[in-house]
Amino acid sequence: MIAILIRDMRLAMRAGGGFGLGLAFFLIVVVLVPFGVGPQSALLSKIAPGILWVGALLACLLSLDRIFALDFEDGSLDLLATAPVPLEGVVAMKALAHWLTTGLPLTIAAPFLGVLLNMPVTGFGWLVVTLAIGTPALSFIGTFGAALTVGLKRGGLLLSLLVLPLYVPTLIFGAEALRRGTEGFDNTTPLLMLAGITAGVVALLPFVAAATIRINLR
Amino acid sequence: MNVTNLACARGGVAVLEGVDFTLEAGQVLLLRGPNGIGKTTLLRSLAGLQPALEGNVVVEPDAITYGAHADGLKSTLTVTENLKFWAQVYGVADIAPAMRAFNLEALADRAAHNLSAGQKRRLGLARLLVTGRKIWALDEPTVSLDVASVALFADAVRAHCAAGGAALIATHIDLGIVADVLDLSGKKAGPRDLTGFDEAFE
Repeated sequence: MIAILIRDMRLAMRAGGGFGLGLAFFLIVVVLVPFGVGPQSALLSKIAPGILWVGALLACLLSLDRIFALDFEDGSLDLLATAPVPLEGVVAMKALAHWLTTGLPLTIAAPFLGVLLNMPVTGFGWLVVTLAIGTPALSFIGTFGAALTVGLKRGGLLLSLLVLPLYVPTLIFGAEALRRGTEGFDNTTPLLMLAGITAGVVALLPFVAAATIRINLR
Repeated sequence: MNVTNLACARGGVAVLEGVDFTLEAGQVLLLRGPNGIGKTTLLRSLAGLQPALEGNVVVEPDAITYGAHADGLKSTLTVTENLKFWAQVYGVADIAPAMRAFNLEALADRAAHNLSAGQKRRLGLARLLVTGRKIWALDEPTVSLDVASVALFADAVRAHCAAGGAALIATHIDLGIVADVLDLSGKKAGPRDLTGFDEAFE
């Protein structure tokens, strides 16, 4: 299973692997928003938590359809499904690899981009904390969506439509926890809800996604 | 491996029925039959990728490895990396015998997208050797191989069978291996009512 994780990380880092795509998109969104909003630094710092979370979420969404589609096309998915590793483990490792190449870099880069949005310094810690807790859920939900659409040509559109509603709770609690933390209020409740969603999703969805892939491979 | 009265479907249509055969250790069985008769469907059913409509397959657990039309190679990884990955998945430490058997040593550090079609196929076949599985279920393994490579493949199959393995090969060409032939052309499934057969919810 570690071999699968290492392979997927290596594939993502090689040319054309898509590493950096999410990060670049996040950067573009965050750089462009201040131009769109105009020179109102008070307004900007007020909407910064929401923008950063929406940006991170959309950046995660960008690379989802690659998770299984490439393996399906070149036949590796058939071979992985018949290999002596549980398909649930394969799915979990692929989701983890997606998080390590997308969610984690976003989390680390976010404070630097927060500066561009005039975000109060008090919020930087919470920005990293909420993204670190929330982005694994985005990767695991996205992996489930990718498993649902694995056999479809150009399944990206359907994938986005399926996955976006499932992302909403994570977005709401993540952005809310960040906003309250930034403004100095108590944010225990949204933070716990965010962590609860992530824990539930990480525990359950690999099984669902593996079952979906088995049906899609028939 | 013992198969009795197997029937399988593809895309909601029954393609094969009444397939019976036995595969002993050391035996090579060639699947013959016209295009579309269901050779691939049969192999996928045996590999466990899709459920059979009816019939029995008796086989040891974890005995079959499946070699499809596609090689399952990652084009940005090198030959060694591709093969090592599958060796690790199957818990096999040494990839050198597989590299030697399919004459891949000179290509070890080439990225897979720089290989020719035949070289890719050889790498795909080398994967069989690192699985350590007893039964090879192969779908057109010799596509795009030249004469010398077909001979390499035949040697590998012979060595595998001599070591107590077995192979089930769908092919249209003569491999030059002593083998039994299973002709599927008489096993085409008749019209069959599959209403209520909703495979997604089976």
